[in-house]
Amino acid sequence: MRRIAVTPAPLDIAALTAEALAAGPGAMATFVGSVRSDDGVTALELEHYPGATDRALEAVADQAIARWRLASATIVHRIGPMAPGEPIVFVAATAPHRRAALDACAFMIDRLKTDAPFWKRERRGADARWVEARGSDEAAAARWDQPPLPDP
Amino acid sequence: MALDLLYFAWVREAIGRDGERVEPPAEARTVAELVDWLEQRGDGYASAFADRKRLRAAVDQRFVQLDAAIAGAREVAIFPPVTGG
Repeated sequence: MRRIAVTPAPLDIAALTAEALAAGPGAMATFVGSVRSDDGVTALELEHYPGATDRALEAVADQAIARWRLASATIVHRIGPMAPGEPIVFVAATAPHRRAALDACAFMIDRLKTDAPFWKRERRGADARWVEARGSDEAAAARWDQPPLPDP
Repeated sequence: MALDLLYFAWVREAIGRDGERVEPPAEARTVAELVDWLEQRGDGYASAFADRKRLRAAVDQRFVQLDAAIAGAREVAIFPPVTGG
């Protein structure tokens, strides 16, 4: 099962988690990214490329499903304005065992960071600034390019 | 041939619009050559495209390198490196 959504509505993490867990054959790993509240950010705005965003997220989820033989992959990303502490993205992977679920979840968020057309703008009071891409994100995504270890 | 252009984030803000339909000349065969042509259209474009290393692009909604061909494309998007998640 693949669930992809891009939405301006606040993410209901409890409901998303319960939904993913219901598809879980034994193991589920989740990741939640939230708006930073530790460095003076008063609001975050998320812009995206409609159409291309869904296609990119579908591709990331499909790669994870195929590579780790997942029972389900979920990626839900918020767009528009949001406040510090609010969730931006929810990722879940379910599989028969923990290693596949954990690795697939990490893969999906790493790849999303470099492959999906979203742009963040941080507001600090009257100051608004586009967030710069980080080289460490490229490196995190690239580590999944190495051939996967053989199944134990 | 008419081509739809889309701009995002600070590229959009520098140019002052989120997209437009253009008729690029025949010598604009790649995204980079399209950018060369657009750059002559004014200060906003020149500012948006000043540092090519900070530009990314998609042709018909697929991420490409700037040297990718645009022959037959209907939509080209130009934007900064992505920062989602």
